[in-house]
Amino acid sequence: MRVLTGCPGKLVIMIHAYSMYGTNLVLDVSSGAVHVFDDTAFRVLKCFGQDGRLEEEKISKLREEFPEREIREAVDEIRTLISEGLLFSGDIYEEHLPQWTRNTVVKALCLHIAHDCNLRCKYCFAGTGEYLGERSLMSLEVGMRAIDFLIENSGNRRNLEVDFFGGEPLMNFDVVKGIVHYARTRERDCKKNFRFTITTNVLLLDKDKRDFINEHMDNVVLSIDGRKEVNDAMRQRLDGTGCYDRILPLAKTMVEERGHENYYVRGTFTRNNLDFGEDVLHLADEGFEQISVEPVVASADSGLDIREEDIPRACAEYKRLAKIYAERRASGRWFNFFHFMLDLEGGPCIAKRLRGCGSGTEYLAVTPEGDIYPCHQFVGQPRFLLGSVFKGFSGNPEREEFCNSNVYEKPECRACWAKYYCSGGCAANAWKFNRDIKKPYRVGCELEKKRIECALWIKAKEAR
Amino acid sequence: MKHIKTINGKTLNRDIKKAGCGECQTSCQSACKTSCTVANQKCEKE
Ligand code: SF4
Ligand code: SF4
Repeated sequence: MRVLTGCPGKLVIMIHAYSMYGTNLVLDVSSGAVHVFDDTAFRVLKCFGQDGRLEEEKISKLREEFPEREIREAVDEIRTLISEGLLFSGDIYEEHLPQWTRNTVVKALCLHIAHDCNLRCKYCFAGTGEYLGERSLMSLEVGMRAIDFLIENSGNRRNLEVDFFGGEPLMNFDVVKGIVHYARTRERDCKKNFRFTITTNVLLLDKDKRDFINEHMDNVVLSIDGRKEVNDAMRQRLDGTGCYDRILPLAKTMVEERGHENYYVRGTFTRNNLDFGEDVLHLADEGFEQISVEPVVASADSGLDIREEDIPRACAEYKRLAKIYAERRASGRWFNFFHFMLDLEGGPCIAKRLRGCGSGTEYLAVTPEGDIYPCHQFVGQPRFLLGSVFKGFSGNPEREEFCNSNVYEKPECRACWAKYYCSGGCAANAWKFNRDIKKPYRVGCELEKKRIECALWIKAKEAR
Repeated sequence: MKHIKTINGKTLNRDIKKAGCGECQTSCQSACKTSCTVANQKCEKE
């Protein structure tokens, strides 16, 4: 694996070259071009310096291994790519940054409908639902005010998003319904289009709630960790019993009733199941086609966090999963793994890739009391209290930090080949592990980069 | 080309002028809630 960076003139040049299962992949970071090189061309590429210039003394050594004609052909092909801007291209985006960061309107809210939960998941970042505070439920008044706040702060943005989150939002479902109905009544006057999503642990997902969600919500995230023993070791009721047997059939019914569209089953893996690929495959075997299984965000004293020493195993597991994933998809047993999804031709614009998740700026979390935090992961931390839906932003200077955050502001990200896919990582993780929202969490970075390598390899396989 | 197969061309630097309309989905809202990957998001203009 090799990353080359260079800086002729002013533009930063970066390529990422690696081999996976015998395929040599080369990513030209700034243009987004992706190439598959044969072994000759891959070796020849290594004779090019950081600035894209051929280093003759390196090439002469290759003549002992490869025929001269092959080497010349590969050199010519590489030079063609360079001349077409498909290899060793320069980063031309930084100068545009001011135009993309000027407007900071709010376009998405995560509403903490209930700071309470009917599960006691061992890795829960929300404590046991109460987020460093008291157990509480959002009132309809707060919810309606949050909708008004979103409309008032959304400028010209038409598409607005509201995610019902918790704790467990189904524990306060009448308020969810009330908020949806209220937002719909405001939509036309304000020329806005609301998209609702809900994230639930499934336990209370009865017919009435399913029907409402299916009618009104653009996406639903159903939490289940995978294999029964893995799920039940973490996702337990108050009495310590696991929830797998209850939630699996309910989740299946829900997905069926949604026509197998616009949902995710979402699991968490910890250092106790670094063979998490088996959990992904288990969910696929149970008939789910939209699957997301993520590394836990937990502090070191939990005993569950993914540590430096776990990185090789977790990366090997992603690689193993990628192979099985590609085989299954090719043989008609198609499913989507959220973190292997990569839209190479389309995908988001470069502005979004530079700015990332938008926490603290365009995306905010609202507590049951109406307090505003940068995102769900920061809720309850006094330092990050940004205001309230009743009084607006309080002028907390932390908000500026979030507004100024982008991949160029973070030294590690600036130098990282994965920056336009990852978009600078999770600010909450950075804070949790490094006490600096601009210093990414290294374990997360290594896993993210591995997932992107796997995703590119899958693309190459599926392109054949 | 004989030695190199391009599976994706220049995509990041298309339409720089039109970038940043902000109508697309917020990345963390979609499926994960604990991490950020934007590369699988959709552009609203497409
Ligand atoms: S957060 Fe990590 S993986 Fe992502 S761009 Fe920054 S350094 Fe790279
Ligand atoms: S800071 Fe992390 S958890 Fe919060 S919205 Fe961003 S990616 Fe998601």
